[in-house]
Amino acid sequence: MSGIRWESIEAGEEPEALTIGPVTRTDFVRYQGASGDMNPVHHDEVFAKAAGFEAPLGVGMFPAGVMSTWATNWLGPDNVRRFRVRWKRPVWPGDTLTFSGAVAEKRESEDGRFVDLTLQGINQEGAVVVQGWMTFVCDSTDL
Amino acid sequence: MINKAALGAEGAPFELDVERGKIHEFARAVRSQHPEHFTGDTPVIPPTFLATMFFWEELVQGANPWHLAEMSQERGMHAEQEYVFHGPPPRAGERLFAKSRITEIYEKAGRRGGTLTFVVMVTEFRDASGGLRAEAKLTGVETSQPPKESEQEGGQS
Repeated sequence: MSGIRWESIEAGEEPEALTIGPVTRTDFVRYQGASGDMNPVHHDEVFAKAAGFEAPLGVGMFPAGVMSTWATNWLGPDNVRRFRVRWKRPVWPGDTLTFSGAVAEKRESEDGRFVDLTLQGINQEGAVVVQGWMTFVCDSTDL
Repeated sequence: MINKAALGAEGAPFELDVERGKIHEFARAVRSQHPEHFTGDTPVIPPTFLATMFFWEELVQGANPWHLAEMSQERGMHAEQEYVFHGPPPRAGERLFAKSRITEIYEKAGRRGGTLTFVVMVTEFRDASGGLRAEAKLTGVETSQPPKESEQEGGQS
């Protein structure tokens, strides 16, 4: 368990983005098996086509989860206090996704010292598929 | 049509055991590269891990009140999801005591006409002594027209 040094993180700081893909049906079904959401529209070609889609529709919590761990790879999974995601566009098999984010704000309150991030995932056309907001706690002893 | 009478509906309490093997599996599925999910006897969960409550609420009849809102299969989508942790996120070996509740139902005008109806469900996760460890907030949206790929405005399933 490692804390975030308050002094060493700055607003606007933006580490290297993560690109994954082309994402596959296997990526979707691996996430579905791990999470327990077995909605067939995300893996069953016949079902997805009958529902009016050309291919299985990506399960939204897959890019959301990857976006969240892009941030915890950087600031540590123990330090997370909030993660919020909003979906903007569907993800399809064959898409290449790039996840990035930056420090929006450093703030201090009675509850401690926090870093707020804004996050996004875009597809190969540059269109936003997921947006995120995340809060991490900083070490208070680290003065 | 959303059943507005579902507002305030509570699910039956259920338990979620945070398991090491499930953390490994989930962390791989969301491409985490952080060693803290993969080493030690009590790894910490990834931020969206509480999505695995699916497995646990299925074991308890009436645990999930979401269906009471009667959101359409065709026109309903997952719009937003939020996880809040009151302290460090849970670790393997913890048993969480969970309960879900429909907390909000509201309407907004869609950008392209029609009405969007939002339904919010909050699941609280407590420890054995009743302390609040985490909350999951699910926001679903139902459009008055079937969503089309190029016209999606609320979210996705």
